[in-house]
Amino acid sequence: MLPIDQSISPERFAPLRVEEKENNILVRPGISYWQDVWRRFKENKLAMLGLFTIIAITLLAIFGPLLSPYSYSQQFMDFQGVGPCRQFWFGTDTLGRDVLVRVLYGARISLAVGFVASFINLVVGVIYGGIAGLAGGRVDAVMMRIVDIFYSIPLVLTVILLMVLMGPGLKSIFIALGLVYWVDMARIVRAQVLSLKEQDFIMAARAMGADTRRILFRHLLPNCMGPIIVTVTMCIPAAIFTEAFLSFIGLGVSAPAASWGMLTSDAVAGIRSYPHMLFFPAIAIAVTMLAFNFLGDGLRDALDPQLRK
Amino acid sequence: MNEIINLVKVANLKKHFLTDSGKRGGKQQMLKAVDDISFNVFKGETLGLVGESGCGKTTLGRTVIRLYEPSNGQIFFDGIDISHLSEKELRPLRRRMQMIFQDPYASLNARMTVGDIIGEPLDIHQLARGKQRRERIEELLTRVGLDSEHINRYPHEFSGGQRQRIGIARALAVNPEFVVCDEPISALDVSIQAQVINLLEELQQELGLTYLFIAHDLAMVRHISHRVGVMYLGQLVEIAASEELYRNPVHPYTQLLLSAIPIPDPDAAGKADTIPAGEIPSPVDPPSGCRFRTRCRYARDICSEISPPLVDFAPGHQVACHRAGEF
Repeated sequence: MLPIDQSISPERFAPLRVEEKENNILVRPGISYWQDVWRRFKENKLAMLGLFTIIAITLLAIFGPLLSPYSYSQQFMDFQGVGPCRQFWFGTDTLGRDVLVRVLYGARISLAVGFVASFINLVVGVIYGGIAGLAGGRVDAVMMRIVDIFYSIPLVLTVILLMVLMGPGLKSIFIALGLVYWVDMARIVRAQVLSLKEQDFIMAARAMGADTRRILFRHLLPNCMGPIIVTVTMCIPAAIFTEAFLSFIGLGVSAPAASWGMLTSDAVAGIRSYPHMLFFPAIAIAVTMLAFNFLGDGLRDALDPQLRK
Repeated sequence: MNEIINLVKVANLKKHFLTDSGKRGGKQQMLKAVDDISFNVFKGETLGLVGESGCGKTTLGRTVIRLYEPSNGQIFFDGIDISHLSEKELRPLRRRMQMIFQDPYASLNARMTVGDIIGEPLDIHQLARGKQRRERIEELLTRVGLDSEHINRYPHEFSGGQRQRIGIARALAVNPEFVVCDEPISALDVSIQAQVINLLEELQQELGLTYLFIAHDLAMVRHISHRVGVMYLGQLVEIAASEELYRNPVHPYTQLLLSAIPIPDPDAAGKADTIPAGEIPSPVDPPSGCRFRTRCRYARDICSEISPPLVDFAPGHQVACHRAGEF
C-alpha cells in the first residue's frame, strides 16, 4: 500500500475566487429560436427533399405554362390521344390538347387552392382559437361547441353541400374549403393558448399593464408558432386533395380550365386506351402530397423542443 | 425608516376561487385561498411573508397588485383604493408596482430577446423609444449585473440566476415603488441565491424600493425583512418586526415553523420540536374557529368555536390566537 500523503497545505482548500463578471460572459454566439429550428430542419434529408420538390413544383406552375409553346386550351386535331413523344412530352388528350401544359396549368389551380385555403384556415383558425383560449369560461365553451358542430359533420360532406349551394368554380372552392378547414387550426391554437396563458410570463405581461391584444399577439401566438406552421403545412395537401376529389366528381373548376382532379377525372373514361392521360396528373398529385407531408413531418420534428439535442 | 408612511394597506382582503367541480356544474365549492387578511406595508421596508406551500402566499401577493380580482375587501396603494379599478384605470398605477416571479424559466417569454423583454414595459407605458430605449435597457442590464451586450440574446442562453436578474431588470424598467417578490430565490442554487438577495438589497437601498417578500426559507426571510408575517391556510396568524418574531414567537404555528429551521449543530438538532402532526387541512373546507386548531397541541374548546382575531400582543406585534402569551 502506498503511503498517503497527508501534507496538503491548508491554502489548497481555500475557495477559488471567481469574479461574478466572469460567470456572466456568454461564449456561444447568439442563436435565435428560428436559427436553431433551421439547423435541425436541414439535417432531415426527406424534409429537405420535400421542400425542394415544393419549390420546384411552385416554380414550374408559375413559369412552366409560359415556356411551353402550347396553351392549355389549344387543340391539335391531328394529334388526338397521342402517347408521349418528342413533340408532346406527356402526350395529348382525346381533344388533342397537350397534357404537359395542362398538368402544369393544373398545378397553378391545385397549388392556389392549397395555399388560399390554408391561408384562410390560418387567419380564421388562429384568431378564433386564440380568442376562445384567452377568453376562457363561457365564451370559450360556446365557441368550441360551434367548432364541435362543424367537426361532427364530415368535412368533405360540408364542402360538397356548400359547393352545390354556390355552384362550381374556383371561387366557390376557396370559400367552401376556407369555411370548413379552420376548425382543426382553431382547436390546436386554443389548446396551446390554454396551456400557455397560465404561465408566469403572461402574468408578468399583465403586471406590466399589457392589454389583451398585446398578450395575444406578442406573447401567446409567437409561442404557438410551431404547431401552427405544422398544421398549415399539413392543411395544404388536404386542401389540394379535396379539390382534386371535388373536381373528380364534377364539382370543381369548369372546362377548359384544368386542375389535377379534373385531368384525372377526364382520363378515367379512357383508362384502357390512353393510360398516359391518367398517369401524369396522378403522379403530380402523388408527388405533391408526399412532398408536403415530408415537409410537415420535418417541420414538426424541427420545431419540437423536446427533440432538441 | 425615519418616518413611517403606509404605502400599501390591505383591509379584510379575501380571494376565493371556484373549484373545478363547481365550474362543471357540480357542487359549487369555494377555495378560500386568502380569507380576511389585513396588513400594512410601510414605505421603504421589506415585509416578509412566510407559510407552508398552499397557504395562499402567492395568491395574496398577486391579489395585492391586482393580478387577481379580489373577492372582497380593499387594497389601498398610496391612499388609492385599487381593489375595484378597471384594467384601464389601473394601467398608470401598474408602473408603480411590479412583480418578480418564482420560476425564472417560465417568467420570460422564450421567443423574445432580452432587450425586448426588458423594453416591453417601456413600450407599454411609452417611457422611451429608439436610442433612449436602448440606452435604458443597457443601463438596466448593467444595473442587475449583466453585460449590456446581452441585449440581443434569448432567455434560453442564460442560467437560472441570470434569468432571474433579467426578471428583476424588467420589473425595475418602469421605476416602481413597490415590488412583490414571489419566492424569487427558491428556484435557484444556494450560491446564486445569496447573489440575488444581495442584488435585491442593494436595489432597495439605492432606489428606495418597498418589497413584499414571499418565501418559505425562514432564515432568508429573517435576513432580508424588516417585518415578517406568518400565514396559515389563507389567514395571517402573526406579524411582527423580524427580530421580535424570531426571538419571541407567540403563535404556536410560528413557534413550530421556527423550530423547523435546520440548526447547523448536531447537538442542538435533536432537540427541535416535531413538525405539526397531519396534513395542512383543505382550504375548501377549513376547520371551524381557529384554523390551526387541528394541528395545535394547545387547542381548547374555544378554539373550535371562535376564530381568533388578529390583535395587538405587544407594540408592532400582532397575533391571532386565543391563548397568546400562555406558553
